[in-house]
Amino acid sequence: MSKTDNVAAKTKEIVKKHGGDKSTLIAVLQDIQEAFNYLPKEALKAAGKAMDIPLSRVYEVATFYNAFSLKPRGEHIVKICMGTACHVRGASAIQDKMERTLNIKPGETTADKKFSLETVNCVGACALGPVVVINTEYHGQMTMAKVDKVIGKLKEGAQQ
Amino acid sequence: MKIIDDALALRQIQDSLRKNYDPTKKLVTICAGTGCRGYGCIAVKDELEAEIKKQNMNVEVRATGCFGFCEKGPLVVIHPEKIFYQQVKVKDVPDIISKTVAQGEILEKLLYRDPDTKETVLKEEDVPFYKKQNRLVFGQNGMIDPSRLDDYLAIGGYSALAKALTEMTPEGVISEVKKAGLRGRGGGGFQAGIKWEGARKAHGEPKYVIANGDEGDPGAYMDRSLMEGNPHSVIEGMIIGAYAIGAHEGYIYVRNEYPLAVMNLSLAISSAKEAGLLGKKILGTDFSFDIHINKGGGAFVCGESSALFASIEGRAGEPRAKYIHAVEKGLWDKPTVLNNVETWANVPVIINKGADWYASIGTEGSKGTKIFSLVGKINNTGLIEVPMGMTLREIIYDMGGGIPNGRKFKAVQTGGPSGGCIPESLLDLPVDFDKLYEVGSMMGSGGMIVMDDKSCMVDVAKYFLAFLQEESCGKCVPCREGVRRMREILEDICAGKGKEGDVELLEHLSTGVADGSLCALGGSAPNPVLSTIKYFREEYDAHIKNKRCPAGVCKALITYSINPEACTGCTLCSRVCPVEAISGEKKKPHMIDIAKCTRCGACIESCKFDAITVE
Repeated sequence: MSKTDNVAAKTKEIVKKHGGDKSTLIAVLQDIQEAFNYLPKEALKAAGKAMDIPLSRVYEVATFYNAFSLKPRGEHIVKICMGTACHVRGASAIQDKMERTLNIKPGETTADKKFSLETVNCVGACALGPVVVINTEYHGQMTMAKVDKVIGKLKEGAQQ
Repeated sequence: MKIIDDALALRQIQDSLRKNYDPTKKLVTICAGTGCRGYGCIAVKDELEAEIKKQNMNVEVRATGCFGFCEKGPLVVIHPEKIFYQQVKVKDVPDIISKTVAQGEILEKLLYRDPDTKETVLKEEDVPFYKKQNRLVFGQNGMIDPSRLDDYLAIGGYSALAKALTEMTPEGVISEVKKAGLRGRGGGGFQAGIKWEGARKAHGEPKYVIANGDEGDPGAYMDRSLMEGNPHSVIEGMIIGAYAIGAHEGYIYVRNEYPLAVMNLSLAISSAKEAGLLGKKILGTDFSFDIHINKGGGAFVCGESSALFASIEGRAGEPRAKYIHAVEKGLWDKPTVLNNVETWANVPVIINKGADWYASIGTEGSKGTKIFSLVGKINNTGLIEVPMGMTLREIIYDMGGGIPNGRKFKAVQTGGPSGGCIPESLLDLPVDFDKLYEVGSMMGSGGMIVMDDKSCMVDVAKYFLAFLQEESCGKCVPCREGVRRMREILEDICAGKGKEGDVELLEHLSTGVADGSLCALGGSAPNPVLSTIKYFREEYDAHIKNKRCPAGVCKALITYSINPEACTGCTLCSRVCPVEAISGEKKKPHMIDIAKCTRCGACIESCKFDAITVE
């Protein structure tokens, strides 16, 4: 089975799991992203076909919501909280530092596909601010020195 | 669990469960809210359980919802004495079990210590952070394991539902909620009872109830803590609301960033269904109601009612004109009641204790309590629940413990991106829906972000506009283009390119944006700008006329230098500087090359002698 067929088959399975109603599109896209780490073009086409929604509408939804990515993302998703509490505690300095350390801007992925950098408007863990969420782990009271430490550890883990 | 088929059976089950939750029994509760998880509380919990097993004891360790005092997590309470331990680490666990739990010996170093008097406090309720609180809605979080229906039943959970279904008519429920004066906790502050009444009277079937858990206001996380820590209270409120308006289907719309809330709500829904408290023929009556969970897609605008409906319908979340009321044509154009998570959680309290009792708490126009998240530059960060009408001063100083590092209070921001910044001169303002509105801010969902003299108010206004520009759905031109233009002006001001007349232009644009936008996002977008202009005009003037940022935040307007008297020449700063702007010999004062310096702050963070100054 080719990769395209594989994506289409998995997508159909996801659509079926949600019952196929048009209202489930967002949930379907969420599951597709969970399966492939992003929304592959083939999956959007397959979902539209299976749910009888024009591709333009699928694309509209996929680009409207911040949670979706149309580009493949890295192995580790680094999210910097941009909430107000984090902002007043220096989140932008942490963001600058993270950009320098990974050498990418928010929305980008490192060339080795290890890290993707994203910003998120408040993760609701304000007491820990400034917060960086890497994959599902919360790193609180971040400092620039901690950025090096946390990313360094993940890089080491990647090499092993 | 077997099906609970009437109110009597519910009472019997509650009674029998209550015996298992004997308040004199030894019990260790540990906060497992998001904050404490960030501090590693799950490892502490595992260690507590392992240690109890090792020491052959029979004591339950209960991982509960958020206690609220996030600043000092992980938090542990030893029952029945209610000994309150804070900042507990894995290495503290053996002593906690062998000394405190087994012998009642107090571990001084884990107790809360008053920063002023240096005295320790033994019990949770005596800690200043908790003392003035009235935790009607949030208090149960610390006692129950949110994954267990039994825990909620043992504290009397679903009694309000039984009372509503068996002793009250739907109209009776509505009039009780109206009499209680419950106003929406999500921001608008609309009377919930009036909304319910409108939906009950509206023509069209089916009808829907929705809980808005798309908590998008940055700096607010009380809904998260309720959904994660006491999901049944939200569900119970929704079922009562559904009964009142005649709905048989409901939705909880949860933010994408809250996976634990989705998990705990899903668990709660399935266990409530198994027990016959949700689904067909609830508590053996003819009333049926079911709840679905929808995960949001990370769009702030979906907190707005009509955008939220569009999102549940599987479309892009664009708001529509407001002359069509949601109570008449909401989700799928059917009568719909949308209330915030915290509003729903207040409903069981009102039904249980009665409208008169509830209305005796709070102020004339705002009844009951409100949960606030006290965050930013404040000593005691966390979630507090206080009666409406408490002053900002009491909240920030008595409970919040004031500003860290001896710095000066500058402003408190309430209401999220729709709200405003309130200055020191208004600290004695009693906090309720109307008072906050009067001073140019709003309640919002209850975020309170405290700022000190190191926070630049122009930068804060710029921050909110950047946020709103990113989150504007783009439907209305005044919001899409106007907010962008306002942001550009503020960016210029912060970059030292501000011109005379910029402030007036901002005010002028604000009117256009507010008047020309369909939904509240655009309608209130100018608030952070207008309130900072109103109360902190001198900061704008300093940026525009003197090209100075008094708080030392705006990079283009500040310079870094090293105080040679304080510098010891430790070389740390020169090693962390990413642009090699710092030079100097070991053990001799260093220098910063201003031409190279990017004002990233790395040197300030690294300096142990406060030798780097910002001007």
